[in-house]
Amino acid sequence: MRSIFKTSATALAAATMLSGVAYADGHGVSGPLRIFSDMSNPAPRAVMEDMVARFTAENPEVEVELVITDREAWKTQIRNVLQSGTADIVNWYAGNRMAPYVDAGLFMDISDLWEEGGLTEELASTQGSMTMDDGIWGVPYTYYQWGVYYREDIFAELGLEAPTTWEEELSNCQAIIDSGRACYTIGTKFLWTAGGWFDYLNMRTNGYDFHMALTAGEVEWTDDRVRATFENWATLIEMGAFIDDHQTYSWQEALPFMVNGEAAAYLMGNFAVAPLREAGLTDDQLGFYQFPQIDPSIEPGEDAPTDTFHIAANAENVEAAEAFLLFVASAENQTLINNGDNLGQLPVNANSGVDDDEFLNAGFEMLSNNAGGGIAQFFDRDAPAEMAQVAMQGFQQFMVDPSTLDQVLQILEQARGRIY
Amino acid sequence: MASVTTDTPIHSNDPAPKAKISQQAIAPWLFLLPAFLFFAVYVIIPIFQSFYISAYEWNGLYSPEYRAVAGSDMTDLECTELGNRAARTEGCEPTGENVWTGEYVGFENYRNLWSDPFFWTSLKNNVIWLVLYFLAIPGGLFISLFLNQKVFGMRLYKSLFFFPFVLSQVVVGLVFSWFYLPNEGLLNEVLSWFGGPRTNILGSNDYATYGIIAAGLWPQTAYCMILYLTGLNAVDPEQIEAARLDGAKGPKMLWYVVLPQLWPATFIAIVVTVIGALRSFDLITIMTNGGPGFYNTSVLAFYMYDVALSEFGFRMGYGSAIAVILFLIMMVYIAGFLWKMWRDEKGA
Repeated sequence: MRSIFKTSATALAAATMLSGVAYADGHGVSGPLRIFSDMSNPAPRAVMEDMVARFTAENPEVEVELVITDREAWKTQIRNVLQSGTADIVNWYAGNRMAPYVDAGLFMDISDLWEEGGLTEELASTQGSMTMDDGIWGVPYTYYQWGVYYREDIFAELGLEAPTTWEEELSNCQAIIDSGRACYTIGTKFLWTAGGWFDYLNMRTNGYDFHMALTAGEVEWTDDRVRATFENWATLIEMGAFIDDHQTYSWQEALPFMVNGEAAAYLMGNFAVAPLREAGLTDDQLGFYQFPQIDPSIEPGEDAPTDTFHIAANAENVEAAEAFLLFVASAENQTLINNGDNLGQLPVNANSGVDDDEFLNAGFEMLSNNAGGGIAQFFDRDAPAEMAQVAMQGFQQFMVDPSTLDQVLQILEQARGRIY
Repeated sequence: MASVTTDTPIHSNDPAPKAKISQQAIAPWLFLLPAFLFFAVYVIIPIFQSFYISAYEWNGLYSPEYRAVAGSDMTDLECTELGNRAARTEGCEPTGENVWTGEYVGFENYRNLWSDPFFWTSLKNNVIWLVLYFLAIPGGLFISLFLNQKVFGMRLYKSLFFFPFVLSQVVVGLVFSWFYLPNEGLLNEVLSWFGGPRTNILGSNDYATYGIIAAGLWPQTAYCMILYLTGLNAVDPEQIEAARLDGAKGPKMLWYVVLPQLWPATFIAIVVTVIGALRSFDLITIMTNGGPGFYNTSVLAFYMYDVALSEFGFRMGYGSAIAVILFLIMMVYIAGFLWKMWRDEKGA
């Protein structure tokens, strides 16, 4: 199977110099193709089903068998699916979240597909997050920015501007607190939301490279630079910037605080926009700003988690799987599936268009022109799973009681010693 | 205690006694066979597997195995050594088998457990659960005594008291998390009437475990109540009458006459309460997800799940070591239970 693909690919490319996309379409793939997807929420589900329908229309010889699993359940089910050899293509995430499956040899290295399909140019911005161990292990299909979503009307009422520096941030926050509100809503019951705060505070305090070194286990958690990050965090916590009892809420349960005007802003991914709009906030009330700088000499790094497709190492129909991945990554498909009517996120292909949505435009602008430090995935995707778990528990513990910082850092440092 | 009687008398005028006897001998085993089979596959064998895996460091994944394609210049060994690159290498093909990636570490996992603060937190919480769960027994006894009267509509009251036991643990967990909600929750509403301080029970390192146990006690008390209600039906009215003539009443009547007759119900209540306390996984998952902070409401079963099977859990060996410890703890109780059963059988 594999050898057929390789020889025919080189033969085709040499003989006709076809471009990557044309090559995929012209190849005439066939046979059954088993796709396991975690795009189970209503909008992503429709997108996934539509992609399969359009792919099958272009490749009538392929019979796609699509299994859509609940997104949360998939995080553990992927292990069984990959090992049982029942899937050709699976959904997963970029960054270190791939590591267990790459190490175990369960994902297929598709570097040559990237080369021959022209993805190295078109998807250049995400290539790094798909690369591990000298191989490229999948293809991204969407990503989204993180940043501060805030109530423009509350800011206007208090005469505030979106902050760009830490001083402005703190004075804004003080003004918001004085008006009887919290600056930020957050729900840390499921921990990862606190990971977002740590990502930003650490990237702004110490820079992207330091943050990556820390999540890669190269820096001690008891390091003074890490402490500096937590000190900035403690400044916010101690002035009362966050809502009370956040450890009891999920991220969705924290939304009403912002909708009701009890909190002025939310550090979140772009997926928070849809529920905020559904809850009745208009685009006049809702604004977006990049997390303010703390150290002006540091280029801003940004979180932009990328969702991906991978070919299973034991896939039976590799040719069709590759054709599907090229189809997913193509500029045309990227423009379509990421528009406001579908996923409402950012396309990964450099040649695709961004839908005309206030927040998508802001995010695209920010990630393209103002993320000089680098683009991170997210704390739980950049750090190894075990480290992410224990560190995010520590972040929550710290947010509930900042005086436990020393104990928290000690525990994280012990975990680092064990995990890496 | 259900016992199966298989020794139905065989009549002497039976035409083929020998065939009957073997049928009589085989039939019970045939009926027991499926149970034995499933018990072995799903309980006995996994126990030994847990012991085995706990001596390994393993992330729970198998790797696909590769071999050289006949006629290529690769060897099987080269294909194996390519590891995660083999799927893309010409001359190698998957064998369709998976290779276990575990690495033998001996007692390392147990040594790590010993110095793991979260393990001790979980164990401590297990003990708290066990101790406090026993409140369900006097609670159930009290309610059943209270309900054991002939009043119009008593059946309805009984079923209302029994109602929480019918609910799924997940529903109980959700209901109680709403009850405890820091702002809108009923508990804080009631506390505020009495001028009490506003507390976030499930968000507090000190109270969260007790909050969850209180939620668990609600259905557990109902369970014990129903056990005692059936037990009370079996209390001998003549003994009560005799005791009354001798002047016994109130607590003395309860302690010296009623309770001894309720011993079988109490025994079952103890058994189901211990089991209920040890399998307290679902309430914790729903109500706090092990938090707040570092596993503050975790118990051993939850901690085992979290390190081995959850979203970020890839430590099968370590999880198995926890499972083994939990098994040994339960073993003490199971052995005691079996010993009592054996003694009773012998006495009977």
